[in-house]
Amino acid sequence: MRNRYSAGNLIGAAIGGHKDWAPAWLDVDPKPRYDVIVIGGGGHGLATAYYLAKNHGMTNVAVVEAGWIGGGNTGRNTTVVRSNYLYPESARLYDFSVQRYESLSKDLNFNVMFSQRGVITLAHSRHDLDAQERWTNAMLCNGIDAEMLNARQVQECEPRLDISSRARYPILGGFIQRRAGSARHDAVAWGYARGASALGVDIVQQCSVLDFIKKHGRVVGVKTSRGEIRADRVAMAVAGHSSVLANLAGFSLPVTSYALQAMVSEPVKPVLKAVTLSPALGAYWSQSDKGEVVIGGALDHFPSYAQRGSFAINQQAIAATVEAFPSLGRLRLLRQWAGIVDVVKDSSPIIGATPIPGLYINCGWGTGGFKAIPVGGWILAHVLATGQNHELAEAFQLARFHTGRLIDEAAASGIAH
Amino acid sequence: MMQLQCPFCGYRPENEFDCGGTTAIARPPIDCSDEVWGDYLFFRVNPKGLHAERWRHTFGCGQWFNVVRDTVTHEVSAVYRITESRPRALDP
Amino acid sequence: MSGYRLSAPHGAWIDRSRTLQFDFNGAEVRGFAGDTVASALLAQGIVHVGRSFKLHRPRGVFSCGFEEPTGLVDIGAGRYRTPNTRATDIAAADGMTAKPGNAWPSLAVDLAAMNSKFAALTPAGFYYKTFMWPDWHLFEPAIRRMAGLGVAADGPDPDRYDEVSQQVEVLVIGAGAAGLQAALSAAQSGRQVLLLESGAHSGGWLASQSLQGDASATHRLDDLTRQLAAAGVSLRVNCTALGLYDHQLVVALETVDDVTVRERLWKIRAERIILATGAIERPMLFPDNDRPGVMLASAVERYATHFGVACGKRVVISTACDSGYAVAASLQAAGIELAAIVDYREASAEDAPTGAKVFRGSSIVAVSGSRAINRVGVAANRSGNLQTIDADCIASAGGWTPAVNLYSMAGGKLRWVEDASMFVPGLTLKGIESVGACAGAFELELALDHAGATGRGNAAPAPVGGLGIVPARNTPTPIALAMLGRRPGKIFVDLQNDVCVDDIELAARENYRSVEHLKRYTTMGMATDQGKTSNVNALVLMGELTARTPAEVGTTKFRPPVKPVTLNALAAGRTGERYRPLKRMPGHTWHETKGGLFEEFGGWLRPAAYCKNHEEIIPAAEREALHVRTHVGIFEGSPLGKIEIYGPDAAAFLDLMYVGSMSTLAIGQARYGLLLREDGVIFDDGIVARLGEQHFWVNTTSGGVDRVALAFEEWQQCEYINHRVLITPVTSSWGNVTVSGPKAWKLLAAAGFDESLAPTNMKHMTVRELAYGGAKVRVMRASFSGELGYEINLPAPYTQSLLERLGEVGCEFEAKPYGIEALMVLRTEKGFLHLGADTDGTTLPGDVGMDRGIAKKAANFVGRRSLLRPAALDADRMQLVGLLPVDRTSRLPTGAHIVTKQPPAPIDGFVTSSAYSAVLGMPVALAMLKRGFARIGEVITLFHLGRTLRAEVVKTPFFDPKGERLEG
Repeated sequence: MRNRYSAGNLIGAAIGGHKDWAPAWLDVDPKPRYDVIVIGGGGHGLATAYYLAKNHGMTNVAVVEAGWIGGGNTGRNTTVVRSNYLYPESARLYDFSVQRYESLSKDLNFNVMFSQRGVITLAHSRHDLDAQERWTNAMLCNGIDAEMLNARQVQECEPRLDISSRARYPILGGFIQRRAGSARHDAVAWGYARGASALGVDIVQQCSVLDFIKKHGRVVGVKTSRGEIRADRVAMAVAGHSSVLANLAGFSLPVTSYALQAMVSEPVKPVLKAVTLSPALGAYWSQSDKGEVVIGGALDHFPSYAQRGSFAINQQAIAATVEAFPSLGRLRLLRQWAGIVDVVKDSSPIIGATPIPGLYINCGWGTGGFKAIPVGGWILAHVLATGQNHELAEAFQLARFHTGRLIDEAAASGIAH
Repeated sequence: MMQLQCPFCGYRPENEFDCGGTTAIARPPIDCSDEVWGDYLFFRVNPKGLHAERWRHTFGCGQWFNVVRDTVTHEVSAVYRITESRPRALDP
Repeated sequence: MSGYRLSAPHGAWIDRSRTLQFDFNGAEVRGFAGDTVASALLAQGIVHVGRSFKLHRPRGVFSCGFEEPTGLVDIGAGRYRTPNTRATDIAAADGMTAKPGNAWPSLAVDLAAMNSKFAALTPAGFYYKTFMWPDWHLFEPAIRRMAGLGVAADGPDPDRYDEVSQQVEVLVIGAGAAGLQAALSAAQSGRQVLLLESGAHSGGWLASQSLQGDASATHRLDDLTRQLAAAGVSLRVNCTALGLYDHQLVVALETVDDVTVRERLWKIRAERIILATGAIERPMLFPDNDRPGVMLASAVERYATHFGVACGKRVVISTACDSGYAVAASLQAAGIELAAIVDYREASAEDAPTGAKVFRGSSIVAVSGSRAINRVGVAANRSGNLQTIDADCIASAGGWTPAVNLYSMAGGKLRWVEDASMFVPGLTLKGIESVGACAGAFELELALDHAGATGRGNAAPAPVGGLGIVPARNTPTPIALAMLGRRPGKIFVDLQNDVCVDDIELAARENYRSVEHLKRYTTMGMATDQGKTSNVNALVLMGELTARTPAEVGTTKFRPPVKPVTLNALAAGRTGERYRPLKRMPGHTWHETKGGLFEEFGGWLRPAAYCKNHEEIIPAAEREALHVRTHVGIFEGSPLGKIEIYGPDAAAFLDLMYVGSMSTLAIGQARYGLLLREDGVIFDDGIVARLGEQHFWVNTTSGGVDRVALAFEEWQQCEYINHRVLITPVTSSWGNVTVSGPKAWKLLAAAGFDESLAPTNMKHMTVRELAYGGAKVRVMRASFSGELGYEINLPAPYTQSLLERLGEVGCEFEAKPYGIEALMVLRTEKGFLHLGADTDGTTLPGDVGMDRGIAKKAANFVGRRSLLRPAALDADRMQLVGLLPVDRTSRLPTGAHIVTKQPPAPIDGFVTSSAYSAVLGMPVALAMLKRGFARIGEVITLFHLGRTLRAEVVKTPFFDPKGERLEG
């Protein structure tokens, strides 16, 4: 059986008609007991299991997934990876993640196609330019690459943008994080699953958590559609459904679920180079390696668990697209879908202990969880293994909603993160 | 895109309205604890299923009203005035 | 060259009296009005029209509808170029140009076709296994150039699009036999009915039968069509339902023409929706089944009957169900030579048409000819007996796939029917029913009965089946393949994305077994056809490989749109200023005559400054600001938010809204107030004036008025329901002209304003209502500049004339207009807070020194409790202070950060506002600084985009700290 992924092995396998490749990960039946159960086989859950095994030597770990791994927001997002945050707490968190992404393909021996094509935020007014200079300075103070661009430089980065003064929102410039970019979303889930499985983690698909098993108020396991599973510690990383599980466990969260839409055009020869975001138009764009123009817009306006999305918002995102890139107006929309995101007041995550002993949580990433998969997994694994919060996670505890010490990125930058 | 029934204007498309989130959340007094105040400000049940929420017919009569809506199917099972309480039959 | 045009009467949809001509890949193609690009190409014997996505293998036209996976062309050139257009779904037009998109340098000699030589190295997901060393970035650019299909337009789209909303009682989607019958029955029972048809003609499958001289089918269709018109059903052709959304909203796209409107978007809300979207044929799987000339059997039939086109001179039918025989009969009726019927089944009830050779229990195992078929190898599935047939077209009939997209989008769950080998709708959804082939009803009489009952509103579940038993599997057996004596060609499942049977095997082997993993790992079903003709074949194969039924493998969710749709059609004209319309001030033209340079501020077009010659905005603003300090300036503040608050509880209500107390205002008095959100963050600010015991005039920021009025309403309607208050936003009813400067009163007096407004008679922060120039005006003495200032609020239509009058009489006082930027200079000199610049979504009143007096106030105003939380009481919160450059000459840029060392460094604060003060002769700035109030006099270091600057922390205001200039 071939396990190692490389060009040489691919050539070797070709001779035999690719008949000897090992399964990327093993599907197993759950054991009755584990040291740790991670609920949710998305990127965050799988990364948590991988880092539990790799960083902490804990391999008696199960990931239980109600559907199929990577099938939630991991497989539905627009794959942007960036750390262009304003506050030091966020900046350190997300940049740790970007750094992990930079070496992730080699770490996992799975090409996650992290492409540092740069993320540009457009400035449409002089006030925007001021705000972005503040932002750029904050990033530089936080040790993260950032660069202001004038309109001409923006157009060099993204030639099809309408930088004429006729535009409804003229482009006066912008700023770029060149180390930011996009990655292949499925590959991140599969790569972590393969890595975790190889280290001995059990991945259990088609296994829904029906309830928590508690003893003296402490969570000691879960009841699932495939039987009871016990564990010393249980973690949940179920973006979009965090409240549902929290309600089952007996606590509530400062989270509301909203649908976030994404869409792609038919594939065409290269038209976009970078990832571009326009706060004024409320949309962002990139082109996938396959050639599809990937379009993301605003959240739907009301709480929802339906992975559909409202047509009104869809139309808005498309109008924004042809407004920013008039020459793409004759492309066709191929597919539109939605994911359910955890929206937290301050648009920052919650990672660590819950009010229920034995139960830990990773949620609240809002619209930007994909970029945080490595760090989310890393620091959740840390608290599960050590019982102590990772230093990067200190500011992101539930208690902040009672003290008021929010890390309000959206409020400070005026942009939904 | 949903179609909601404003109690004053009748059925109108979703984009004439704004959703104000969970309805009937009591505002605690000023001398409440930080926990109670934080719960009031931020913590929500966020049900997957029936949700009693308030909506405003922003691009219409401007009035707030209550709706019981399924957050999965988006089916609306009740519409009632802001001063009325949730129909018993739809209690969670 | 294989296809040709049949003689009349074949080809009911073309008009042989109107010829047309277009260019395909440099060749001249002739056709008739009514042709699609595909039918014209086929009629001319052009079968090789494109190249596949990954392997760049030659591909031809495969279908006769929008399910087309391979016949993709770029239509038009320059700004009109439309990539990836399905040749089967676009009308041929005179003078059109069509080009294959995914071939370079040419369709015949495509260099990327080398890819297929290395196909063994590029199985499904190969890119996940390689390109990691040394780095992905080295490989990605080449891969991106190779990917994509067609080429996007070169410039903005010159065409027009529009959008219409419609409300109907019954919407029937699909005008095939079942749709026609359902629409008819619904209309006859008194309903208002709209019937959509995605093609140019109604009739669907029935139409393709009625043209063979089948008298009963012709009669039937004619009869239905005639009755439909009589019953008043509106039929809209060329209109495809793209998606089904919440509460029965259907979004549909109508192809109009290229002259007035290219495409029109329909948003149709229906009480009842009847889906009659038919079914898509499922192809047989066999080696080299991707060669140009392999087509869906129903397509071969339709090209003959509708367009009078024979797709080949000798046609082989490959089938696994009875419908292959019906096609054979049609082709014979049209005079097309039938080479053979290759039936996968050992036995079938159907008789072969006279003279046709039938291979039962057999499969196609080889296809020769790469750019056009010339021979077909057929082997028996059990014995392997191999024979060769000369043929140039293979009509593939492997069963049917009901078009359940819309049903699935509405939340419907699918059911697998093993005998018919298809997914059909499960339960009927509320208000959404399915009839005809999309419900699995294939037998005409039963389908029509069911459609009729559904139309009348009393339907039972649809009858399913009617094609005989269709084997789920339709690939040749290993024995049959072994007879070739060589390695068989690849069996393609997804023709556009080049996903083959061995790719699905690899996915199964590597554990990508769930339908979503299969799809994502192999890219199966992710092409521009979204797997319309390939998904079921893939699910069947994956099921067999993993010992599961196709139902257990599952189907992926169907997503809108049903077929790809032009972005501009969805935008439907919401571009340019219509994207978000701009507001213009009532005095707009006056500012134009004064040389105002307009920019957008909070949705309003306002003069940023009045630049002289080639002056930049900032120097102009500095000049204008100085002029206000020395003379007098005229400013239009019409966008200023204005809300009237009336009622017995108005004062008490405002006390609940504002940080400060408004109930203590005397009539005629005005007071600055701060509004908070419930989390304590500053939300808006402005002046509140009391006009009467029960009447207040609330001013808000220009950008904030909408949300302030809405917040007031929300609190009033949802929390303070017993407060008798009327909240009326009146921003656009009132113009606002502000006059500031030491000569402000002189100017007003010269313009004829009443003496009672003189500074000696009217105090700062008071308001007067009086008549002026025939209008009732409200004059407030307030100042955002620190100079003597009057805000004259007047009915909006009078604004322009007041500006003109002040301009005329102001010559004497050198009164000049000033813009927003000058106002920013003036207020920065005074240290006045500007919301959104000096505050962000985290700023609390204490941070800007505005929390005095809260303790004494009784009302539990919005946000008050939040100011007592630990975070609000933190000692090292940032506070608003003044900054002066140590050298008194360097500007301190907005956004510069206060640091204690060269970055990376902890952030101590940042500059929020910055200006050069001409009156002071030095730059000034405001900043948020940690513990700033206690750090006055400290010298700090600023970092800005790599530069560092030194500044001194000072108290504000910078100018006129005692406020002596307010009195002029």
